[in-house]
Amino acid sequence: MTETTQNIDPKLFEILEKVSDPEIPVLSIMEMGVVRSAKILDDIVEIEITPTYSGCPAMDVIEEDIIKAFKDKGYKAKVELILSPAWTTDWITPKGRKALEKYGIASPLSESADKEALLGNKKVVKCPQCGSFNTKLVSQFGSTACKAFFQCEDCLEPFDYFKCLK
Amino acid sequence: MNNNLIQYIYGIADNSLILGQRLGELCGHGPSLETDIAMTNISLDLFGQVRSYFQYAAKLQGEDVTEDSIAFLRKEREYKNVLLVEQPNKDFAYQITRQFLFDIYHLLLLSELQNSKDETLAAIAKKSIKEVSYHTRFSSDWMKRLGDGTEESHNKVQTAINDLWEFTDELFHTTDADKVMISEGIGVDVSLLKELFYKKVNEILEEATLQTPDIKYFQKGGKQGIHSEHMGYLLAQMQYMQLAYPNMNW
Repeated sequence: MTETTQNIDPKLFEILEKVSDPEIPVLSIMEMGVVRSAKILDDIVEIEITPTYSGCPAMDVIEEDIIKAFKDKGYKAKVELILSPAWTTDWITPKGRKALEKYGIASPLSESADKEALLGNKKVVKCPQCGSFNTKLVSQFGSTACKAFFQCEDCLEPFDYFKCLK
Repeated sequence: MNNNLIQYIYGIADNSLILGQRLGELCGHGPSLETDIAMTNISLDLFGQVRSYFQYAAKLQGEDVTEDSIAFLRKEREYKNVLLVEQPNKDFAYQITRQFLFDIYHLLLLSELQNSKDETLAAIAKKSIKEVSYHTRFSSDWMKRLGDGTEESHNKVQTAINDLWEFTDELFHTTDADKVMISEGIGVDVSLLKELFYKKVNEILEEATLQTPDIKYFQKGGKQGIHSEHMGYLLAQMQYMQLAYPNMNW
């Protein structure tokens, strides 16, 4: 993350922080780690973002929202989508992870944890409602491209788990 | 304009486009809510990857070519997908088997394409491989569940693998465009992936208590644009909106 933050003009940081993922409104695009660079060149703000999932329909909306956020502050912005290096769930900031959990989405663990959960070997995913680890995978795919579906066996609440992508 | 590169991109992307369309047909028709969502999520990932490939191919061609015109306005013979991915949905065992065979191949292809001298293709491969690993886990898991499940699920998935096996060999044929791209260090020599593919497939089949089909004849033609009878129907549905309302937008 340090590397990313360095490529972002501090003046622009505040504006970018106000743009959120339309499917997870509590998470700003800065916390999600999709902004790779932002700088002002000849009065035009140039921003590079990286997609989370290739087919994620939210990316088009995020692009429009960024342009609008800058327009409201009197800037003209240009957004470019870059694929490399590819986004990973590791780029979600600690603050972002907390926001996810508070919103009811369990944050991504590791690839091996995903596998353990899949096979039901180990209880590793924490229920964002009651904090129990006694949870089970219901479906590998969930309501959006980035989520899997879990259920807590203690409080019985179903919940989303942000799939690990590495 | 590098025509071989464009043809090479179509050769890769059309597989994902046509399979994505087949999976999209399942929206609201999956055998359970979870599998319905899974199949359409995989479709969404594949379409996302296709957009990256076609945006690149459109940029190479310039003029009026767009990602949409490439996806929706070509004639049947201009689609270079393999026959495997256009096969109809039939039942869940077929859908999973088709997915499993394609996923194993797709993962091997992308792991090589990551080293392409073409930076854009390498970047798309690096991005896509993460999603395709997830697909492979899903389809391999289901092969085992169906194969090692009930007598009925076992028989259905064995029938599916027997029927779809004849489409596997084509995955490893190289086209003229492939050959030029391989010599330039851009393309992947798929013929070299064949041995590893059958090894990996056989491992899972064995674990799934399924028999590897003993079939020595194989179908081919998709890579040259000669498709099965199913392709016309698929395209008729996929292209309908653009043909009925040219240049329509969301």
